[in-house]
Amino acid sequence: MEFHELTLKELQKGLSNKEFSSVELTSHFIKRVQNSELNAFITITDDLALVQAKKADSIIASGKMNDLTGIPYAHKDIFCTLGVKTSAGSKILDPFISPYDATVSEKLNDSNAVMLGKANMDELAMGSGNENSFYGPVKNPWNISKVPGGSSGGSAAAVAAKLTPFSTGTDTGGSIRQPASLCGITGLKPTYGRVSRYGMIAYASSLDQAGPMTQTAEDAAIVLKTIAGFDERDSTSADKTVPDYEKSLNNSLEGLKIGIPKEYFSEGLDDGVKQKILDAIKEFESLGATVKEVSLPHAKFAIPAYYIIAPCECSSNLSRLDGVRYGYRCESPKDLSDLYIRSRSEGFGDEVKRRIMIGSFALSAGYYDAYYLKALKSRRLISNDFQEVFKEVDVIMGPVSPTIAWDIGSKKDPVSNYLSDIYTLSVNLAGLPAMSIPAGISDNMPVGLHIIGNYWTEERLLNIAHQFQIQTDWHKKSPKGID
Amino acid sequence: MEWETVIGLEIHAQLNTKSKIFSGASTQFGAKPNSQACAVDLGLPGVLPVVNKEAVSKAVRFGLAVDAHINQINVFDRKNYFYPDLPKGYQISQLELPIVGEGKIDIMVNGESKTIGVTRAHLEEDAGKSIHDLYDDYTAVDLNRAGTPLLEIVSEPDMRSAEEAVAYAKKIHSLVQYIDICDGNMQEGSFRCDANVSIRPLGQKEFGTRTELKNINSFKFLEKAINLELERQQDLLEDGGRVIQETRLYDADKNETRSMRSKEEANDYKYFPDPDLLPVEVTNELLEQIKQELPELPHEKKARYVESLGLSDYDADVITSSKAIADYYERMIANNSNAKLCANWVMGELSGALNKEQLDISNSPISPEEMSLLVERISDNTISGKIAKDVFKALWNQEGGVDQVIESKGLKQITDTGEIEKIIEEVISNNSAQVDQYRSGNEKILGFFVGQIMKATNGKANPKQVNDILRKKLA
Amino acid sequence: MSLDNKEVSQIAYLSRLQVEESSLESITADLNNILNLVEQLSELDTDSVEPMAHPIKMTQRLREDVVTETDQSESFQSIAPKTGKFHYLVPTVIE
Repeated sequence: MEFHELTLKELQKGLSNKEFSSVELTSHFIKRVQNSELNAFITITDDLALVQAKKADSIIASGKMNDLTGIPYAHKDIFCTLGVKTSAGSKILDPFISPYDATVSEKLNDSNAVMLGKANMDELAMGSGNENSFYGPVKNPWNISKVPGGSSGGSAAAVAAKLTPFSTGTDTGGSIRQPASLCGITGLKPTYGRVSRYGMIAYASSLDQAGPMTQTAEDAAIVLKTIAGFDERDSTSADKTVPDYEKSLNNSLEGLKIGIPKEYFSEGLDDGVKQKILDAIKEFESLGATVKEVSLPHAKFAIPAYYIIAPCECSSNLSRLDGVRYGYRCESPKDLSDLYIRSRSEGFGDEVKRRIMIGSFALSAGYYDAYYLKALKSRRLISNDFQEVFKEVDVIMGPVSPTIAWDIGSKKDPVSNYLSDIYTLSVNLAGLPAMSIPAGISDNMPVGLHIIGNYWTEERLLNIAHQFQIQTDWHKKSPKGID
Repeated sequence: MEWETVIGLEIHAQLNTKSKIFSGASTQFGAKPNSQACAVDLGLPGVLPVVNKEAVSKAVRFGLAVDAHINQINVFDRKNYFYPDLPKGYQISQLELPIVGEGKIDIMVNGESKTIGVTRAHLEEDAGKSIHDLYDDYTAVDLNRAGTPLLEIVSEPDMRSAEEAVAYAKKIHSLVQYIDICDGNMQEGSFRCDANVSIRPLGQKEFGTRTELKNINSFKFLEKAINLELERQQDLLEDGGRVIQETRLYDADKNETRSMRSKEEANDYKYFPDPDLLPVEVTNELLEQIKQELPELPHEKKARYVESLGLSDYDADVITSSKAIADYYERMIANNSNAKLCANWVMGELSGALNKEQLDISNSPISPEEMSLLVERISDNTISGKIAKDVFKALWNQEGGVDQVIESKGLKQITDTGEIEKIIEEVISNNSAQVDQYRSGNEKILGFFVGQIMKATNGKANPKQVNDILRKKLA
Repeated sequence: MSLDNKEVSQIAYLSRLQVEESSLESITADLNNILNLVEQLSELDTDSVEPMAHPIKMTQRLREDVVTETDQSESFQSIAPKTGKFHYLVPTVIE
């Protein structure tokens, strides 16, 4: 079997058994990355990767390897990486070589994983199709005229096309789960506060979370173990021990109570997708779970709440991108005002500008109560819905995306893009953990199953996903022609 | 038309923590530009703030010192605007829920005590520095100061004259140093006063439109600036004009205030709670701990001095005006029950000598224990008050300890009645002309005799005894 | 709630963004569509609801007052668009 046909777990075993070296592994994947036309990478760090691989090999030789030693990965270009360009998919950071490492980058470095490159993404994490990148759109490996999803489009495409055993992603309104769904891979957004945000370029501070994107739930468990944990540099980081996520993967699902929100199965959901989801949920019944209908009455308000809160927070978070201390500065600024206006206007793409302006407006004098405050209150109601439901069931399941991947360039209207986030947004608003796992193929495109748990139940989610992946083989399906 | 002045002060006190309020960079003054601006202070993409516990404690300490309500849950908000010395494009401050709520402080103006209300005090981060005259075509930005903790203290508009404003500013200035939260160095910018000034017809309830005065870095300038502005407003209103709400810069060289082009042309700061920070909780434990560590406050100490030690209001005020002086004094009276005499010496000779050489009392060459002993030697009649001044000089010049100096210079007072009598008799017998003058009614000539006696005894005769015996002998 | 072109220009300036005259119309339309979308929240009765600024119920952790950062000015300034010997430079600001 070729390296890229193995899971992370299998590669781990192979390295540990000295069946092959990290350098061999890395060279193999680098070649695949370089030959790929998916545009999944903004920066390919081939030289650095080989240096890291060599080091990993010597660590493996000395018997000191850990979970990710020698394993290559694609790092979403939203994470600051010391000495390596960190653009967040934006022209305004195109010149930015980060002088420091994000905590997640540090953790991966400390575990001697091998960074193949920085993955392409929607500019500054804003988008659902990776069409908003300064570096061009990413293509879905299943159908290159379709979007891979966003904002972690590059990360998802890279795993789906087997250019890398795993990727890192970030999820603010679905940016791990939705591309995972559209590309037929596994993605996990942990509980808010599980993974440090230090060094992760901020979009919406109270919604952003980093997470693994892999071929399997088992692989996701391995990656999460490494990147999760308390960070004293992040005030919103939770001081909770990181469990061994692999340990409970094989627990029985007997007695598992699954809730299906009726609001997630109403109009707007593509029939093909709906069928696949329902089929997938039936699988769980054969594994000993019970399914019942539940209700999240405020579900539809997730979209307006999110599209106020996220723009408000990002309009402020992005004020630091001003051409003064780093990043893009316009040519020959006449005065300070010109410096700011032109650097930012030339540096930011349209979607980013739209969200900054909406946010500025919503926070401006006279509108704060009607918009931002109202959205925060609505958020409470949305979150309460979940807590009510979790009194009756253990997990919630449903679709991740109302449709399969759409054609690149087909959604011209910003709002229509927003509407496709309907299922994923409320999870970020509530701060809950959730996964997307491959659950079927519809119209030749992957369909992802959404599994939402209560706070700090990542172990259970991974367990549920793993058992499904033992029972079914959707996660083993690959796009044609990626070999 | 009689006008009433209304003044409120906003004081920014830089807290003397070692590190910044949201990062671990140093706050030391005078470092090479940008050498103390870490990633967080620079607002690099992805960095996050974490709150300095000491900044919180110092803010609480201030709150306790002005009898204020402490908001045990308080929140940091973002104040958004664009300026080169504001790296993130927003300042982290506190709007709705500041750490310190309403409090008060008493000031003395012309011997009268007045209570000034403190509306609130909140924590925020300082901005960096923009230097406009270093380069021809550029403004240079130094971000060392960015992130230094500030406590913004807002007073009620309770002051009715520039003098009251200065008295309040001075009181706060000495208080923040007293409780060790700020070094009060106005030249270095650790203590900055902005004044909100307005006038209204006497008797009117509504406040007039106020202007804000900035760029005042001394108490002298504070008084000048306020009075200038009051004059300007009065002239303006009496001429039929209107006062515009604006910010005015005080120019010390030109002795005028002028309208400032605002940093933020649109004053919409779009405040909202900072989502990178969580609500700050001042736990009961922390509050207790801070209360325990709080030194006896100036006004408490002053009351104790007046009630228990019998010091005058004025003396007590002076001694408690600085922690250094109060600490010095406390050490003196630890071994000396003559509180009043100790106070006199601290405020008199010692102060004089310190001022002459521009020394702080904490760097006094004479220790409080030595001063205490000196005072003791006056009380126990070993030396006279006058001779004590000579001993003081010797102590100042490090010539030895109190008793050593007295011994080596033979300064012991002559208190032996017999000895004094003998000398007086001798002086009297040698100066019959003056004796006649005294006996014929010239009281003043007594001084001559005293002078002679002092000369004969090298100043060591006990003055009181001399006086008593002299009068008897001359009678 | 509907914004007109002038208001959009003001909002743009508040965010230090420039909207070209030629795009003003379409951006205003886009923003109004978004506002339309978010206006749905007015259907909700939130009078007695507490706002949720953070998903986690935690209070702020307080750091010890220790200096932990060293002088990295050289490395930080090496990525700046324009610097003098020690300073970041911007076009002269008149106060």
